[in-house]
Amino acid sequence: MMKPFRIAVAVMAIALAGPLAAQDGEPQAGGTLNVVIQPEPPGLMIGLIQNGPTQMVAGEIYESLLRYDFDLTPHPQLAESWEISEDGKTYTFKLRDGVTFHDGKPFTSDDVKFSMDVFLRESHSRTRTYMEHVESIDTPDPLTVVFHLKQPFGPFIGIFEPGTAPMVPKHIYEGTDFATNPANNTPIGTGPFKFDEWVKGSYIHLVKNENYYIEGKPYVDDVYYHVIPDAASRAVAYETGKVDVLPGGAVENFDVPRIRDMENTCITDKGWEFFGPLSWIWINMNNKPLDDLKVRQAMMHALDREFAKDALWNGLGKVATGPLSSSTRFYAGDTPDISYDPVKAKALLADSSYNGETIRLLGLPYGETWQRWAEAVKQNLTEIGMKVEIVPSDVAGWNQKVSDRDFDLAFTYLYQYGDPALGVSRTYMGNNAAPGSPWNNVSNYQNPETDKMFNEAAEMAKPEDRRAAYKTIQDQIVADVPNLWLLELGLPTIYRCNIKNPVNTALGVNDGFRDVWIDKK
Amino acid sequence: MIPFILGRLVKAGFILLAILVFNFLLIHAAPGDPAAVMAGEAGAADAKFLADLRERFGLDQPLYIQLWTYLKGAVQLDLGFSYRQQMPVSELIASRLPATLLLTGVAFVLSLVLGVTAGVAASARQGSWGDTIISMLALLFYATPLFWVALMASLVFSVWLGWLPGFGYETIGAGYTGIEHVLDVAKHLVLPATTLGLFFMAIYMRMTRASMLEVSRLDFVKTARAKGLKRSVIQRRHILRNALLPVITLAGLQAGQIFGGAILTETVFAWPGIGRLMFEAINQRDYAVILGVFYISGAMVLLFNLITDVIYVIVDPRIRLTA
Repeated sequence: MMKPFRIAVAVMAIALAGPLAAQDGEPQAGGTLNVVIQPEPPGLMIGLIQNGPTQMVAGEIYESLLRYDFDLTPHPQLAESWEISEDGKTYTFKLRDGVTFHDGKPFTSDDVKFSMDVFLRESHSRTRTYMEHVESIDTPDPLTVVFHLKQPFGPFIGIFEPGTAPMVPKHIYEGTDFATNPANNTPIGTGPFKFDEWVKGSYIHLVKNENYYIEGKPYVDDVYYHVIPDAASRAVAYETGKVDVLPGGAVENFDVPRIRDMENTCITDKGWEFFGPLSWIWINMNNKPLDDLKVRQAMMHALDREFAKDALWNGLGKVATGPLSSSTRFYAGDTPDISYDPVKAKALLADSSYNGETIRLLGLPYGETWQRWAEAVKQNLTEIGMKVEIVPSDVAGWNQKVSDRDFDLAFTYLYQYGDPALGVSRTYMGNNAAPGSPWNNVSNYQNPETDKMFNEAAEMAKPEDRRAAYKTIQDQIVADVPNLWLLELGLPTIYRCNIKNPVNTALGVNDGFRDVWIDKK
Repeated sequence: MIPFILGRLVKAGFILLAILVFNFLLIHAAPGDPAAVMAGEAGAADAKFLADLRERFGLDQPLYIQLWTYLKGAVQLDLGFSYRQQMPVSELIASRLPATLLLTGVAFVLSLVLGVTAGVAASARQGSWGDTIISMLALLFYATPLFWVALMASLVFSVWLGWLPGFGYETIGAGYTGIEHVLDVAKHLVLPATTLGLFFMAIYMRMTRASMLEVSRLDFVKTARAKGLKRSVIQRRHILRNALLPVITLAGLQAGQIFGGAILTETVFAWPGIGRLMFEAINQRDYAVILGVFYISGAMVLLFNLITDVIYVIVDPRIRLTA
C-alpha cells in the first residue's frame, strides 16, 4: 500500500496572505494599470497559443493549479493542497471550493481532467510531451483530481503554471473544434482579471473579476496593455507617463539606464526564475572544423562575457557557467571552468584543426542589443585569430536558417521552465537533433552517456537522486562544449515605484497582477 | 470620359492580378513561413506542432495550388484568413484602413497645400530672403530621413515639451465621445501627419517653385503682363494653373508612396493603420495579410492615377483622354 507524504505543507493560509505577495504598506483598492505589450499577441486563448505576449496577458485571465515563488517552490492557486505518493507516481490535488469561471459556471475537477487530458494533449506542444508520462486522471469528487503516472516524472509538480497547464472551461470547449471555437476571442478563465475589449493594433483591456475567490483581490480595477511596436516609442510612452510598467525586454538595453534614473522609477530583474532564459551560441558540429573539441574550447575561452554583461546588458543577469540557468532546479555551479582566457584560447586554437576558414555567425534578429552582441563576439573571435562573418536575417529567416542548419555559429536564447527535464534536455539529447526545428538539439551534440542519464534523471522520484545525476550531466556537457554559453539574461521589469508588487512570482508579470496595488499617496 | 474610365478600370484589374501573383511568389521566396514564426514565439515546438500549423494554414500544399486557391478567392474579393490574427483579412484591413486613410489623407492634403503655397510664395520673389529660407527648409525636409524626424518630433514635442501625445490614435481609457473624441484623435494625429507630410511637402514646394518660374518666362505670361493684368491674377490664373500639371502628376504618383511612408510613421507613432499591419505581417510571414494589403494599396494607387488623369482634363482642357 502506498504511503503518502506531504511535499507541500503550504495551504490556505499561504494562499491568502502569502509570501508570494510581499506587502509594502497597506494595499489600496482601485486604479488602472497601464502596461506595454509587444508584439501584439496573435490571440489570448492560452491553451492554443503560447507566445510570450499571449502568456503575459492571458496569465491574468487563466490560472493553473499552482503558483511558484522565486525559488520555484509550489504554492496553492486553484489547488489548495496536494500530495505526492512515495513512489512518485500518484499526484492528488485538492481543489479550492467556490471557484467560478468568468461566466459564473463552477470550476471543478472535471475541468482539470478535460484541460490536461483532452485540450492540452491536443493543442499544446510542450504539455503534450509532459502528459505522455500520465497514464490516467481520476476525479473521485468535484474537488479532487488524481494523476496516475506511468513512471515517476520528477518535474511534474513544476508544470502547473498558466502557460503550461492553464485550466480551460470544459463546458465551453468540450466537443468543439478548439482552434475555431468563437470563445477564443472572448477568453474565459478563473483568473483575477476578465477580458473586456481588444482594439487590434491599439490595446487590450482587462477588468477586475469582482467574483474572484480571494476576497479583496485583485486590488486594481483594470489593466490596459498598450501595443506599441517601436522600442524607442515604448520608452517615450513610459517617459511621458502613458504607461507605468515596462516588462522585461520592452525597451532597448541602452535606454534602460536613462529610464532607471527617472523619478519614482523602480527596476527588478526578478520574475524570470521559472523561465531562466539562457543565451548561447549554437555550434554547428556537422561542419568542420567545429566538430573539433579544441576549436570549440578555444571559442568558449575567447568570449569576454563579463564585457557583454556590463556593456550590453547594463550589468544585469549572470555569466552562464554551463547548460543550466542558476534558477533552474539542480543547477551545479562547480562545473569545469569556461571563463574568459584569450591566451588559453589562442593556444587551443593553434593546437586545433582550424585553418583560417571563415566562420558564419548568425545573429539573433531581436533588436539592437543582439546585433551589437554579435559584433562583440566577432571581435573576440577575431582577436584569437579566427575569421568571422556576421550573417543578417529577420526572425523568419533566422528560424529557417537554424532549422536547415545553414550556419556555423548562431545566437539563441531559450527558456528552461524550471527543470532540466522540461527545458534543458531537449537541447542536448542525441535523438532530438534532426534538422527541421530551430529549438531542438541544433548543434547535433551526440553523447549516448548523457542521453541515458537525462532519461534516467527525469524519471527519478527523489530530488536528491536527480541532483546527483544532473551534476554529472552538467560536468560532461560543459567539458564537451557543444554550445558557447553566454549569459543568464537579466530582463528588467521597470515600473513606477508607487505600483506595488508587480513582480511576485517566478513568472513575473505573467501572473502577478493579482497582488498589484497602486499607492495613490 | 465614361469609356475612358471603364477601359482604365479593366486594365487596373489585370494590373492588380499581376501585383498579387508577383508578390505571392516574392513573399514565398523569402526564407521562413508563418508556422515557424508562430512556433518560435511559443518558445519551443515539436515536429507535430509545426506540421499541424502548416496543415491548418494550407502551407503543406504545393505552391501553385496555394496560389490558385488565393487568386480564386481574391477575384471574389475574399482576401483569405489570417491565422496569426485569427481574423478574416478583409475584416482586419477594414478595421485598420480608416486610421491609415485619415493619416495619409491629412498628410497628403497638408503637404500639397503647404508645399504648393510655399512654392508659389518662393517663386513670386525669386532670390529674395523668403525664397532662400523656404528653399533651404525644403531641402532640409527633403534630405532628412523620415524615421529620424519622427523620433525627434516625438522627443521634442512629447517628451520635452509635453505638448502632444507621442504615440497612439487616442487616449486609451479616457472614454471620450463626440467632439472630445475628435479633438483627442486630432491631437494624436499632429505629429505623425506632420512627420509624414514634411518630405512630400518639400517635394511639392520645389516642384511648384521650379514649374512656376519656368511658366512665368513663357510668352503668354509676357502678353498677360503687357495687357496690364494685375500681378496676382497673372500668378493665379495664368502661371499657377499651367505650373500645376507636373505637380498633379507627381501628387498622383506619390499618393502611393505616401502609403509606403505610412509603414514607418505608423510603426514609430504606434498608429493602428494598415502600414503597421503590413510591417508586422512581413516579419511574421503572414502571407494572407501581406497580399491583402498589397491588394488594397495597389487598388488605391491605381485609383489615384485614374483620378489624376481625370483632374488633368479639368485643369487643362487641351488634354483629351483615350482609354
